[in-house]
Amino acid sequence: MQTRTQEIGVGLFLLAGLLALLLLALRVSGLTVGQHDDTYKVYAYFDNIAGLSARARVTMSGVTIGKVTAVDLDRDSYMGRVTMQIDKRVDNIPVDSTASILTAGLLGEKYIGISVGGDEEVIKENGTIRDTQSSLVLEDLIGKFLLNSVNKDSSDK
Amino acid sequence: MSTDSTYAVELRGVTFKRGERTIYDNVDIRIPRGKVTGIMGPSGSGKTTLLRLIAAQLRPDRGEVWVNGVNLPTLTRSELFDLRKQMGVLFQSGALFTDLDVFENVAFPLRVHTKLPDEMIRDIVLMKLQAVGLRGALDLMPDELSGGMKRRVALARAIALDPQILMYDEPFVGQDPIAMGVLVRLIRLLNDALGLTSIIVSHDLAETASIADYLYIVGDTQVLGQGTPAELKESTDPRVRQFIKGIPDGPVPFHFTAADYREDLLGRR
Amino acid sequence: MRRNSLLERIRLVGRAGLDVLAASGRSSIMLGQALVGRSGAGKGWQLLVKQLYAVGVLSLPIILVSGFFIGMVIALQGYNILVTYGSEEAVGQMVALTLLRELGPVVSALLFAGRAGSALTAEIGNMKSTEQLSSLEMIGVDPLKYIVAPRLWAGFISLPLLAAIFSVVGVWGGAMVAVDWLGVFEGSFWGNMQNSVQMTDVINGVIKSLVFAFVVTWIAVFQGYDCDATSEGISRATTRTVVYASLAVLGLDFILTALMFGDI
Repeated sequence: MQTRTQEIGVGLFLLAGLLALLLLALRVSGLTVGQHDDTYKVYAYFDNIAGLSARARVTMSGVTIGKVTAVDLDRDSYMGRVTMQIDKRVDNIPVDSTASILTAGLLGEKYIGISVGGDEEVIKENGTIRDTQSSLVLEDLIGKFLLNSVNKDSSDK
Repeated sequence: MSTDSTYAVELRGVTFKRGERTIYDNVDIRIPRGKVTGIMGPSGSGKTTLLRLIAAQLRPDRGEVWVNGVNLPTLTRSELFDLRKQMGVLFQSGALFTDLDVFENVAFPLRVHTKLPDEMIRDIVLMKLQAVGLRGALDLMPDELSGGMKRRVALARAIALDPQILMYDEPFVGQDPIAMGVLVRLIRLLNDALGLTSIIVSHDLAETASIADYLYIVGDTQVLGQGTPAELKESTDPRVRQFIKGIPDGPVPFHFTAADYREDLLGRR
Repeated sequence: MRRNSLLERIRLVGRAGLDVLAASGRSSIMLGQALVGRSGAGKGWQLLVKQLYAVGVLSLPIILVSGFFIGMVIALQGYNILVTYGSEEAVGQMVALTLLRELGPVVSALLFAGRAGSALTAEIGNMKSTEQLSSLEMIGVDPLKYIVAPRLWAGFISLPLLAAIFSVVGVWGGAMVAVDWLGVFEGSFWGNMQNSVQMTDVINGVIKSLVFAFVVTWIAVFQGYDCDATSEGISRATTRTVVYASLAVLGLDFILTALMFGDI
């Protein structure tokens, strides 16, 4: 009798523990099964990648289709090279698509948004997105704005 | 080397030290087979240590411990566990497993060491409990038993596997006169009925002397005296006499070893 | 030999060092003899179930309640900080990462040391002082296999599961506070969380709690097995279990964190 209730308790405990692990994996970390086999690698070069880091999202029309796996400097061109893993199901990105570094909210995390181009040809494994828009650096923006207003003032005179 | 020799247990030249302190120094003790042997001595003289040496829970620093023709210190750990099935020990507190009821406590050695079917285990347990007069306490938990009953259940458990040697560690301590009488009778009865070799470690002189066939008195790292109870009562050895008569001061001094009293009081501060 | 001479103090230091060495040696031997080799008394599964119940199931209430409250507190605190930057959606990410990487494994290990560890020490110490361990030996059953081993395994298995349950309940508590009470948009709460939490975070948390489980259980069982067989000795051993186990968990947590997240 007593051992029976204990066994039931232990059984429930083990199930609850495993279920918790499963929940952590699926619900909390948003794991999609079999990440590595179902993605392909794409590179993009940016003048300025400030703020973007590995694990950032890659989106298209606001839908997450992959993630950034590495950020490093290309020695020859002095440009930042971003390595992305894109979901295999999205295998029809035209080669003239544009990759931009965007910001979620004013101060939120950086991510990459891909806007679709019009070419027939699509990006293959280890392909490169040529057309890029760099990170929006707030200081540059303010600097440009100030310069513009100064120029305006001087031309008015 | 055969098991039918006249001595069930033999200690030859055993020396045992605990840290710096010598408990036994080159001691010889022989326990005759089929008899009740008492090992007596003042508290703190290492009587329980002696039991643990015989049960090989402790290893002597020097000397040999022969049990049923096997020298214990030479055995491996697993060989020891096998050999211990031939021995039963009744510990001072009974040492019943507190999470098992009386029945399961007595059944425990059988379940572990035999593959007997449940009905047969039940029959054996009932027989053992009947032998100690506690068949009615079958379903009680150890904490529902009195001290004397605990010891009797523990006794039933100790004889569950029909050991050849049964050791009792201070069986009479803290027992009321009735429980004491019951135990004394049980020890004698079991010894004769089952053909056991019994070893009683105790400092209760009257009870031990009343059932023991042979007595050892240990103390001060030595065997002080041995013989039948009658022989020991006539002993002229001053240390044996002090123990048997219960004299407060003598060869075993009243005062613990200390510096000079006067010097301690008046001398250095 | 004056009592307070320099030499005497050095001797005491040396003595303490030797004691530590001897204890670690004894505990390693205990671990080895308990876990390696034939199981002896058969029916090992039943013994394990019994200990899983005592160690795991009975620790569940405290784990559930504390996990829930800690998740709620992180959500509240996090919301108050994040709302000043206008990014209160990130509260889900904050709750999940804090719980998975740190608080889940660490707090559940500390609670486990207090609840199950001390109970293990007291139980084994009590068995020792009532001569139940000696008695087992005399029946021909190795107490290391029969008493110690199932408790070690039960601890190893229970704590990682308890830590996972702790984290899940904490995330749930955090979601309740953030979404239902503070009005963070539910979609961005979970979305932010899932985007920022990686599978490696979950795995690292599990690795941490596996290490903690091993250390806490080992300390608890050894302290019980090695204690002075008196009631005073048992109470001292129980205190030592909680103190040593907690210190070990916190120290190891730093080392593990440095190894896992130190140089990304």
